[in-house]
Amino acid sequence: MIFLEGVTKVYNEGLENEIRAVRELALEIEGDKTTVLQGPSGSGKTTLLTLIGCLARPTSGRIGIEGEVVSGLPERFMTEVRRKTFGFVFQRLNLIRGLTAIENVMLPAYPLGLDHGRLHERATDLLDMLDIPNRAGTKIEHLSGGEAQRVAIARALVNDPRIVIADEPTANLDSSLTKQFLRIIERLREERRTVLLASHDPRICGADIVDRVVTMEDGTISEGGVVEGSV
Amino acid sequence: MRCWIERQRYLIDFTFSSLMRRRARNLMLFAVYALVVFLLGSVMLFSHAIRQEAALLLAGAPEVMVQRLVMGRHDLVPASYLETLKRFRGVQEAEGRLWGYLFDPASDANYTLMVPSARDREHRLEAGETIIGQGVASARGVDVGETLLLRSPAGEFLKLDVNDLLSSDSQIVSADLILLSEADFRRFFRLPDGVFTDLALRVSNPREINTIIEKAARTMLDARFITRRDVLSTYESVFSWREGLLLALLGTSIMAFAIFAFDKASGLSSDERREIGILKAIGWETRDVMAMKLWEGALVSLSAFVVGFLLAYAHVFLFSAGLLDPVLKGWAVIFPRFTLVPRIDGLQIATLAFFTIVPYTAATMVPIWRAATTDPDMVMR
Amino acid sequence: MIFHTPIMAMLLASGLSSATIVWAAGFGIRVLRHWDIESGSARQLAMERRTHLVSTALVWMMVLELASLLLFVFNADRMSVMFAGSMCAVGTLNANPFGFPALMMKTAVFFGATLWLLVHRVDLKGRDYPLTRPKYGLLIAMAPLALAAAGLQLTYFLGLHADVITSCCSRLFTAEAGSIEAELAAIDPGPALLLLFGGLAVVLGLAILTRRFERAVAVYALAAALFFVADIAATVSAISPYVYEHPHHHCPFCILKPEFSHVGYVIYLPLIAGTAFGLAAGLLPQRPPPASMKTELPRIARRYVAISAGLFAASALVALVAIARSGLVLL
Ligand SMILES: Nc1ncnc2c1ncn2[C@@H]1O[C@H](COP(=O)(O)OP(=O)(O)OP(=O)(O)O)[C@@H](O)[C@H]1O
Ligand SMILES: [Mg+2]
Repeated sequence: MIFLEGVTKVYNEGLENEIRAVRELALEIEGDKTTVLQGPSGSGKTTLLTLIGCLARPTSGRIGIEGEVVSGLPERFMTEVRRKTFGFVFQRLNLIRGLTAIENVMLPAYPLGLDHGRLHERATDLLDMLDIPNRAGTKIEHLSGGEAQRVAIARALVNDPRIVIADEPTANLDSSLTKQFLRIIERLREERRTVLLASHDPRICGADIVDRVVTMEDGTISEGGVVEGSV
Repeated sequence: MRCWIERQRYLIDFTFSSLMRRRARNLMLFAVYALVVFLLGSVMLFSHAIRQEAALLLAGAPEVMVQRLVMGRHDLVPASYLETLKRFRGVQEAEGRLWGYLFDPASDANYTLMVPSARDREHRLEAGETIIGQGVASARGVDVGETLLLRSPAGEFLKLDVNDLLSSDSQIVSADLILLSEADFRRFFRLPDGVFTDLALRVSNPREINTIIEKAARTMLDARFITRRDVLSTYESVFSWREGLLLALLGTSIMAFAIFAFDKASGLSSDERREIGILKAIGWETRDVMAMKLWEGALVSLSAFVVGFLLAYAHVFLFSAGLLDPVLKGWAVIFPRFTLVPRIDGLQIATLAFFTIVPYTAATMVPIWRAATTDPDMVMR
Repeated sequence: MIFHTPIMAMLLASGLSSATIVWAAGFGIRVLRHWDIESGSARQLAMERRTHLVSTALVWMMVLELASLLLFVFNADRMSVMFAGSMCAVGTLNANPFGFPALMMKTAVFFGATLWLLVHRVDLKGRDYPLTRPKYGLLIAMAPLALAAAGLQLTYFLGLHADVITSCCSRLFTAEAGSIEAELAAIDPGPALLLLFGGLAVVLGLAILTRRFERAVAVYALAAALFFVADIAATVSAISPYVYEHPHHHCPFCILKPEFSHVGYVIYLPLIAGTAFGLAAGLLPQRPPPASMKTELPRIARRYVAISAGLFAASALVALVAIARSGLVLL
């Protein structure tokens, strides 16, 4: 599903504060499973997610997604892959204030130029599915934290992605909201979507819906990099 | 194609709501933009209207005008001059012209009385007939088919049937004009046969004008020759530096405006930067963001342009360019009294757009690009 | 006469577009030397980011150049009252020796910008941006052209004085005058129309050939350039007189005027666009063919050829209608 070979990401290349956030990393992630990245702060989890999610290009190395090498693609095509393949739930939810919940959900589909009626319908369905149907017309700043997170998840799903990426999704949630989030993840898994999380929250790493935990340290995989049964 | 249109619709939609969300800042930009368009537009509409008037005046003027000077003053020209002039090689045609001014106490106005040229078939008049300008018609309250009564300087009355009104292409040229037949004119002003107000020459080859004038001036010592070229260049030189000066002044305001626009476009709040980062992370391309921002510029430009232009139009043609008066008063020397006829054309609008939209776009392009190339991975932190 | 407002506007435009293209050409040199799409190095990423700015600036420049070109002709027509012996744009352009060269250079720059954007559009379709190098090569070649156009235009306007006596279309485009313009006017209408419609037949034939033979695209590009010249020649010698219904009025500018319902724009704009598409099609085929667009590139080239041929046909059709509706009989 996803493979990485010798992937390195250098920030501030050539400058004094040069940082190798990810170095010579190799990893394979299977489809339809839920994988969690864990590791100490600064170990490169977020950086790795941006590389896999086509948000940034690696400085060197190869990344393949569903059999296609994406690491050498120019921004334009990377965006295309990202739009088709990934849905993101960010730690800071990154919803746009001043827009309504449903407008936020529809936003990722704007550049596709879909039929407006169909898009609206799809966004409504998603909000229904996530149990916030009557908040569609509410401005983001008037939503509660849990509602806002569900809007963010709906937005991640609007283009029907096969892979959902979430970075520290539960860092700001209390335990009941965390449980709710886990239920949604379970649902995504049942829909046979690949889920990739980064978190040091034990409530997540220890949850039964998680198929695999990969530990990172200092920009490389220290544990769980090899899947049992395959190479 | 449908998809493309649909996509632009979404982008405009989003742009619009984004403009609304930052209303205060955009209103400010809009106000300054409209002000610049208004200023430039006023100067351009005004000077264009004047130029047009002058062009019409000149178009009617002969290539060479011959006056006679007595003691340095303009005097009547005897018909014998015509014969002399016609003998010069290269002179195609020479014609005596009759025109003069009349102060009319009834309407407290000055009229220009003129005999139409023999070549002017459209305005051919019999004795007792007249064609008058719109200004005369409204001042005296007469219309086609009615009678115009004029009192001569000697105190006699002249009754004329109004045949027609002059078309209102140009008010300066025709508003105060009364056309009448030669016989009526001579009788009215008690002018003997065989004298003219001045003479008009037509020359077959414009390149020879100067040679002809030189030769003629040597034999006709009391004649003054005025070429259309002289009038034009005098007028151009009076005119050009004034407009140039004004535009140079306004040039600074364009510069200031461009800097202002640049500043507004590059001073993105961290909120806005984040917003762009979000859009990119969730699947917008740099291209989409730039398109959105360019739409934003286009919406602001277009609305400011329309509003500024309409204000300028009202200013120049409804309020007689009141604000420009102190600067442009000098033009009144050429045109003692005028109301401008509204005239706009594509060339002017295009020029005005060049002076406002182009600097605006140029100034905002780099900031827009900077914003649009925000790295999408910034939203992960 | 540079204080004339439209002139100042055009000088502003040409100044901006020259600055744009010089800057873009400088970037182009860097691209030619360092472009490596496979790399994720900071330099490559920065360059890719900059291409967005360059292409937007060039779109903008193309719009500016088109507007400025139209303004140039339109303004020349408008200013003709100021010059003795001048009745339309030709007189104004002829008021000093730089007028016509400036017009031609400006047309060439507009061509260049259009061509560049057409190639750019195709380039963006390939996953490895296969046309990037040729594209920036073209851009670098355009820079001196744009500078020359700006320089000629400035010289022309600086040397424009109201006291000049010029000669206008009636004098310039008459068979006896012995200049290029006159040579064009002197072509008999029969051969000229044969050249136009025969040329069109050849161009259309070649367009059909390109559907079968890839190589024919290059020939087509050449033919498009030649057809442009032929069409202009035919316009001067035959189509204009038909439009004016006057056998000796050959001016190629007066047909732009409202008196002739702006028919000139409908003839020239498709002609220019058609030529640009034709030339762009010629630039597309690459050797060796890029892996990312092996089938795509020839397909787009064929489409460009089809568009180009369609535009040529449209332009010629307008000319034909103008001839048919004319009261004049030349043949
Ligand atoms: N845009 C950037 N510019 C410079 N350095 C960066 C950038 N992004 C990340 N880094 C550095 O790269 C290293 C890895 O950062 P990353 O955010 O991937 O860690 P993380 O494992 O997600 O940490 P945390 O658990 O605290 O979120 C850090 O040292 C960080 O300072
Ligand atoms: Mg992190």
